[in-house]
Amino acid sequence: MSTMLEVSGLTHQYGQGERAHVAVRDLTFTIESGQLACIVGPSGCGKSTLLRCISGLIPATGGSVRLHGDEVSGVPDDLAVVFQDYSRSLFPWLTVAKNVEFPLRWQKVPKADRKRRAEEVLESVGLSGVGKKYPWQLSGGMQQRVSIARALVSRPALLLMDEPFASVDAQTRGELEDLTRRVQRELGSTILLVTHDIDESVYLADRVLVLSKSPAAIVADLDIALPADRDQITTRESEQFVSLRSEVARLLQSPQVQRTGEADTTDAAHAAGESGDAAGARTDAGSGAGSDRFTETHGTAESSDETATARS
Amino acid sequence: MSAPTVAAKRGRILGSAAVTWLVFALALSAWELIALGADTVYFPRMTAILGTGADILLSGPAWRLMLGDAVFDIVLPSLATALGAWAFSAALGVALGTALGRSRWAMDYCGTLISFLRSVPPVTLMPAFMVMFGIGKQMEIAAIVFSTLWPIVLNTVDGVRSVDQVKIDTARSLGTPRRYWLGMIVLPAAMPKIFAGLRLSLSIAILLMVVAEIVGGSGIGLRISTTQSTVQYTEMWFWVLLLGALGYALNSALLAVERLVLGWQPAREDDA
Ligand SMILES: Nc1ncnc2c1ncn2[C@@H]1O[C@H](COP(=O)(O)OP(=O)(O)OP(=O)(O)O)[C@@H](O)[C@H]1O
Ligand SMILES: [Mg+2]
Repeated sequence: MSTMLEVSGLTHQYGQGERAHVAVRDLTFTIESGQLACIVGPSGCGKSTLLRCISGLIPATGGSVRLHGDEVSGVPDDLAVVFQDYSRSLFPWLTVAKNVEFPLRWQKVPKADRKRRAEEVLESVGLSGVGKKYPWQLSGGMQQRVSIARALVSRPALLLMDEPFASVDAQTRGELEDLTRRVQRELGSTILLVTHDIDESVYLADRVLVLSKSPAAIVADLDIALPADRDQITTRESEQFVSLRSEVARLLQSPQVQRTGEADTTDAAHAAGESGDAAGARTDAGSGAGSDRFTETHGTAESSDETATARS
Repeated sequence: MSAPTVAAKRGRILGSAAVTWLVFALALSAWELIALGADTVYFPRMTAILGTGADILLSGPAWRLMLGDAVFDIVLPSLATALGAWAFSAALGVALGTALGRSRWAMDYCGTLISFLRSVPPVTLMPAFMVMFGIGKQMEIAAIVFSTLWPIVLNTVDGVRSVDQVKIDTARSLGTPRRYWLGMIVLPAAMPKIFAGLRLSLSIAILLMVVAEIVGGSGIGLRISTTQSTVQYTEMWFWVLLLGALGYALNSALLAVERLVLGWQPAREDDA
């Protein structure tokens, strides 16, 4: 396996002087070709910043990003991003088909080819026949499918996804997760997906990188040895899955992750956050104010080292 | 179950088209009756006004579709002035607004000046325009351009400035080349605001056309001032109503263009 992405010493600081805010500090990791890696970290820890640096949308203030060996400066050609906010990411003045064709325009693909490829990729995300509609005429889940199709149409070497399923309902979310895995295997693409949802990261990934609170640093790098064919119900209830997600949850709760500067030290949630969440099916790596809302409802997992190998 | 919705739909259609015209017709009838009762020269009957209007507009030969001289000598030149000046403003204003909006610092320097220029009631500047351009078409055009330009500029700046950051990131990550940036991303995103500016300035253009013509002595404006001073109130009222009709027609035409250009927008209330 060749290395697709090499991030070394990546640091990003917003602002200067007094108002400076370090969002990402000294991150180092690599992603191999054909991998589906998830980065999971608490809300506001710098996940989006990391993706924006990797995609060349903002220049990192320190360190380097290499995409199959080439230093990233500016937006690379063979990289695509799926943003969380599909409704803002799709161009409302273009039809669905034109949205999907959009990246091909700049790659000098003839018009007929563009059309055909857009149709193909729309079909592969389960959206044949909506090409002539406008994005706002589709449901949220369909819109996110469109933006996934648009990201895939130019067959990027690396696909970055920033909390892509955070704003769709649970049902759609499951469908989109399965879609992502299927498409990734069909196209053999490399995907780096960022999420704050522990279950989602374990369910989707071949590998999970756990980030600390702001400024983001990697606290663990887990191989997810679940079978390649995953199912929303059976995989999620398997012992392996449950122990893995407990592992990730525990890592996110560990003092390492909590080591933070300023505002967060006053966080009284440390103790409060332990209480079990009866619903418990999905856990959030601290969405909103309660930053420690990880729940460990089922106490199933003791040490899960058989299934997960902590590399760091 | 579908019966109420069908009825509701029918009600809405009736409401939008037939009923508004019915109300309009009722207002004209009410005018007729009130004028009949009042019986004063200042307030002629609606039938008389419309009759005069028909005489003026439809007094021509058959080969001109009966259109009278007034259409060619008065109405069309006035319209051409207003529309021409407005179109010039639109082109200049969108270009200027785009440049100002795209520039990082231009609005810091010029923002206040433009807001100030927009706030000056253009009617009060008529003497200045007369001194600068003399009396004639040039003065009329200058007055209309000056008063319609700033709303278009400011709306365009606003539109160009308010392009969503996520769309900018998306476009960049999809490799949109710089030279396509304006046409593919910025202007489409700004278009709704630009059209709002265009519609606002179109009504200003009609207003300034009449004022400039009254001051300068030409076209519809001249007819209004002449008929007023020679106590031909029936004809005066006709020209006033004609201005209303022209304004309505132009606004409707622009709305139609807007619907064509902005057809991608989710359905919205029309403020025709
Ligand atoms: N443009 C910016 N200027 C200054 N600070 C910023 C900017 N963007 C983000 N930040 C700060 O950097 C930190 C990390 O932000 P980022 O958006 O990367 O977090 P995130 O992990 O993606 O959060 P979320 O899970 O809510 O999406 C936050 O504390 C945020 O306030
Ligand atoms: Mg984010």
